[in-house]
Amino acid sequence: MQTQPKTNDAPVMEIRGLTQNFGGLKAVSDFSVKLGKNELSGLIGPNGAGKTTVFNLVSGFYQPSEGEILIGGVPTAGLKPHKVTSLGVGRTFQNIRLWNDMTVLDNICVAQHSQLNYGFFHSAIRSKHYLQREKEITEKAAELLNVFDLMKYADDFPKNLPYGTQRKLEIARALSSHPKLLLLDEPAAGLNSADAHDLIRLIRWIHETFDVTIWMIEHHMDVMMQLCTQIKVIDFGETIAEGSAEHVRNHPAVMTAYLGDENI
Amino acid sequence: MLRRYSVHLILAVTGGAIITMAYQEYLSLYVMSVLMFIGVNIILSTSLNLVNGYMGEFSCGHAGFMCVGAYVSSLLGVWLFAKDKVFGTAVLNPDYALYAFPFILLAGGVAAALAGLLVAIPSYKTRGDYLAIITIAANFIIISTIENIGAIGGSRGFMGMKRLINSMEDIVDLPWMPIWVFIFTVLCVWVIRRYVSSTFGKGVSAISQDEVAAEIMSVNTNKIKTITFMLSSGLAGIAGGLFAYILGYVNPGSFNIMKSTEVLVMVYLGGMGSLSGSVLSAILFTLLLEAFRFIIPVINDFAHQIHIISPDYDISQVWRWVLIPLLLIILMQFRPEGIMGNRELGDIFPRLKKFYRFK
Ligand SMILES: Nc1ncnc2c1ncn2[C@@H]1O[C@H](COP(=O)(O)OP(=O)(O)OP(=O)(O)O)[C@@H](O)[C@H]1O
Ligand SMILES: [Mg+2]
Repeated sequence: MQTQPKTNDAPVMEIRGLTQNFGGLKAVSDFSVKLGKNELSGLIGPNGAGKTTVFNLVSGFYQPSEGEILIGGVPTAGLKPHKVTSLGVGRTFQNIRLWNDMTVLDNICVAQHSQLNYGFFHSAIRSKHYLQREKEITEKAAELLNVFDLMKYADDFPKNLPYGTQRKLEIARALSSHPKLLLLDEPAAGLNSADAHDLIRLIRWIHETFDVTIWMIEHHMDVMMQLCTQIKVIDFGETIAEGSAEHVRNHPAVMTAYLGDENI
Repeated sequence: MLRRYSVHLILAVTGGAIITMAYQEYLSLYVMSVLMFIGVNIILSTSLNLVNGYMGEFSCGHAGFMCVGAYVSSLLGVWLFAKDKVFGTAVLNPDYALYAFPFILLAGGVAAALAGLLVAIPSYKTRGDYLAIITIAANFIIISTIENIGAIGGSRGFMGMKRLINSMEDIVDLPWMPIWVFIFTVLCVWVIRRYVSSTFGKGVSAISQDEVAAEIMSVNTNKIKTITFMLSSGLAGIAGGLFAYILGYVNPGSFNIMKSTEVLVMVYLGGMGSLSGSVLSAILFTLLLEAFRFIIPVINDFAHQIHIISPDYDISQVWRWVLIPLLLIILMQFRPEGIMGNRELGDIFPRLKKFYRFK
């Protein structure tokens, strides 16, 4: 049984006092944030600041040491990652994690697992319901690939695609279950400047086209400046600044944290 | 139209031909038993491929589950339909044996699937080498448990299944064992094929390729693992049931790690993640094993003739188990991906796809 969101106007995501300890290391400490509908917001910080850890906590990959996370008003404590995903969270990974020996189309189909609505027996007897659902799943996947201009790769294996296309495919896969919240972990990492530019356009386009809240981690300050309305900066797990891109950029604590970091 | 039904047609013709020949006694009992073991081995290799090939785990205790199926269906069948020194008189009228038989086999399969939980549950947290060790342990647990139950014969084994087959043949005079083997082999391959080609079942490959991504991308990995392990071991159980009834006798010793290895050899010979590869390799492997029966005496005679071995020494059948593992070493050296790699027949011969559809 899945608990229904308490209210429809609950924030898409809310984090309260999130803390994560790895042994003696406090990777995230007393982190709080609230994301509303259709917001596009950013999370930055130097290497090892704890950004990816926050995402891993949100997707249920770790259980937080302290604090709570609510998705659409539903607390995620104790939920396995696939349950959190089915609450409406999609994400990408800092190091691309596509299923490389599965076609591009299958990558998108399998990511709809929470919405299949059939199980082993239906697949074994190929019931009408099963055939109908498979058709819908494939159509939905094909539609998404079309929208992302990836249909020409439908039968290819991700590992054979150019790096920038793999990044794009991973974002498409994250969207295949129609999440309310999309987490992007350094989507521009490893891209050349032309590809990074395309990516900015892509994210902006996703933000306008899909009904989704986007929360992204990014090292490239200029990417963040162009995209995000709100940015949070963390360092050693602690929140050191938050606000508009302009505000954050000129914040003294941020300048110190990034001192010597050529990315800013 | 033809494409749609060509597989059905080929199966019907092959099955019909084998069964007619069995009925008319064109084929010797020996040839028939080889054909039936091919069927059993197809079930074993395809079902193990589900775990080792598609899911990327390394199970090396498949024979354990086969053992559970063999014993449960043997005991159940004999208890219900045959007079026996363990169970006394038959519980039900042996006239019903024919109709009950498929359910008896399935019951063996269900029991084996439950035994599969012995591996499925640890697999939630354990992967790779560590899980492999658990599968070996499961194999030993099962065999040793049965060896220690004196009431069903312990390590001496259990028999009486031939009586059931006789009752089936008394009702309708057909070669029932080849028929059942054929039906269950086809069903097994069919179910696996359908499972792994559904979006649901592709979760299995997703787990093998990146388990973390699978779980985070909404695949219920524990559920898929449970289903996959249970399906795999359940089918092994059905193979075990058939095996027991073909021989008319079971003993725990025939399901030891050696038997598990045999199945592993078939899976690797055919190619990981290739169903047609597993079918092909099960056929080849069974024939090869039998061929050694004839080849080894020839080698023996030849060696005697050219005086390279002492006249008092004979090369016996035991040497099969030197030659077959040797073959495995050669295979792993020169073609580690097996006959088919992870491709299916239709991928290698795309033109074939025009003529058949197998789903
Ligand atoms: N599973 C884990 N076990 C122990 N320590 C961990 C684990 N995951 C992350 N850490 C540590 O927590 C800290 C934060 O890591 P995290 O990956 O969240 O940083 P990040 O902000 O994403 O950095 P980057 O910009 O390099 O991606 C690091 O010191 C890291 O070594
Ligand atoms: Mg990171």
